[in-house]
Amino acid sequence: MIIAEQKPLAEIQDMVAPYRKILLVGCGTCMTFCSAGGPEQVNELAGTLLSENKNKVIEKTTIPRQCAVKFIDRLENKVGDHEAILSMACGNGVQAVASRFPDKPVLPALNTQFIGVEKEPGVWTENCLACGDCILWRTGGICPVTRCAKSLLNGACGGASGGKCEVSKDCPCAWQEIYHALKRLNMLHYLKEKPQVKDWPIHPGRVVREDLRGEVLS
Amino acid sequence: MSFRQALESGKFMVTAEVGPGKGTDVEHLLKDADIIKNRVDAINVTDLQSSVMRLGSMAICHLLTDMGVDPIFQVTCRDRNRLALQSDLLSGWVLGIRNVLALTGDHPTLGDHPRAKPVFDLDSVTLLEVIGKLNSGLDMSGNELKGVPDLLPGAVVNPGADNEAALDLQIMKMEKKIEAGARFFQTQGVYDLDVFEKFMKRVEGFNTKVLGGIILLKSVGMARYMNKNVAGVFVPEPLIQELKGAEDKAQASMNIAVRLVKGMKDICDGVHIMALGWESKIPPILDEAGV
Repeated sequence: MIIAEQKPLAEIQDMVAPYRKILLVGCGTCMTFCSAGGPEQVNELAGTLLSENKNKVIEKTTIPRQCAVKFIDRLENKVGDHEAILSMACGNGVQAVASRFPDKPVLPALNTQFIGVEKEPGVWTENCLACGDCILWRTGGICPVTRCAKSLLNGACGGASGGKCEVSKDCPCAWQEIYHALKRLNMLHYLKEKPQVKDWPIHPGRVVREDLRGEVLS
Repeated sequence: MSFRQALESGKFMVTAEVGPGKGTDVEHLLKDADIIKNRVDAINVTDLQSSVMRLGSMAICHLLTDMGVDPIFQVTCRDRNRLALQSDLLSGWVLGIRNVLALTGDHPTLGDHPRAKPVFDLDSVTLLEVIGKLNSGLDMSGNELKGVPDLLPGAVVNPGADNEAALDLQIMKMEKKIEAGARFFQTQGVYDLDVFEKFMKRVEGFNTKVLGGIILLKSVGMARYMNKNVAGVFVPEPLIQELKGAEDKAQASMNIAVRLVKGMKDICDGVHIMALGWESKIPPILDEAGV
């Protein structure tokens, strides 16, 4: 899932300062699971903003996902005379809502961090950079593009100490983890394969599936 | 004798290194190089060492060639993508650089611009492949070069990797680097000759030359700092005590270096001495070690 964190309150207050009537929208999937922008956080943020400024009118709602038009459509009747939408979605959701309501300012209440997992209560770690060319079958299910700070593809650098990465003592060396995983799986030979050079993805990405398009272009 | 000739002659080699500073002042660095230039086969020039923004390696390498020194151009993958790396290799050749040490490079977070965007488009292995390709007259995309370099590629290895997985990974990568064209290796600083000898036994038969790294110990504090903070460097406690107990610390440090050079003469193909400003001590160390 996508992991995000709420922005510092001062920044949110700056963003909403010009507007009195605000629609505060939570997101029911990733942002709820990572406790950044679900119904609970919508309530908390609305309460905080109202306690700081009694003149504001904040309507609260949460839709299952802000990254799908069919759910965003549910906001149609609520947007009405609100001056701005404060979105508690990831950056993807914020943009999807903004493109659906181009005449309203859509403000991000969160900072989107990464695609990752909850490692333990209160700790999330990054797992996927969405690089477009998955090699997890050769790396024991551990992504070096994401989990090695240098995205090295051909083995460890010399910077690890005590099994930890040079960038942080909290970050295990991905290549040592890959080594242990491949050893366990009896697949260490993958480490000796021909060196890889990565074809980096071109942004912004676009995926086209002709089989799913309404009309096949000739 | 050029570094390539030294390498091919089979002699016991000596290399040292200088690190460009922050700013345009090159006086001290060139003086340091001058002190040692007749005692070493080549001088490495570091590339924004420890991810600290400094004067560049290529410019200093060029100034060293003017002094009659054969420099080893250290090139990391931290700050340049494949276009810039290839271009700098060609530029270096035009400026008289003949040897390249291909490195991954430290992460920017270790330096003084910690939130700089890390590049790492290539890594040390693929950079070595690219050097080979340029030498063959082609760029990475297979386009022909007009005017072809003949760079001597080298690499690094860390014999003191602190656990089995890390050491296995170092050795596997060393093999990849040799396959990718590395003709010589300079190692991370070694203080324990037994550990180093075991490492050399494991890489026996690898078709390459190994220069053992020696970092001059300038103080007890430095030794303890490296033990805590520098990956793969471990100064054993008896050496720290030897330094601590000595009246003349510089002499004690030189004695330690002499023992390491002497020990390495039987184990590997040369030494790479990192003097960190103590370049004047390199000639007496080599004299005492009989090199």
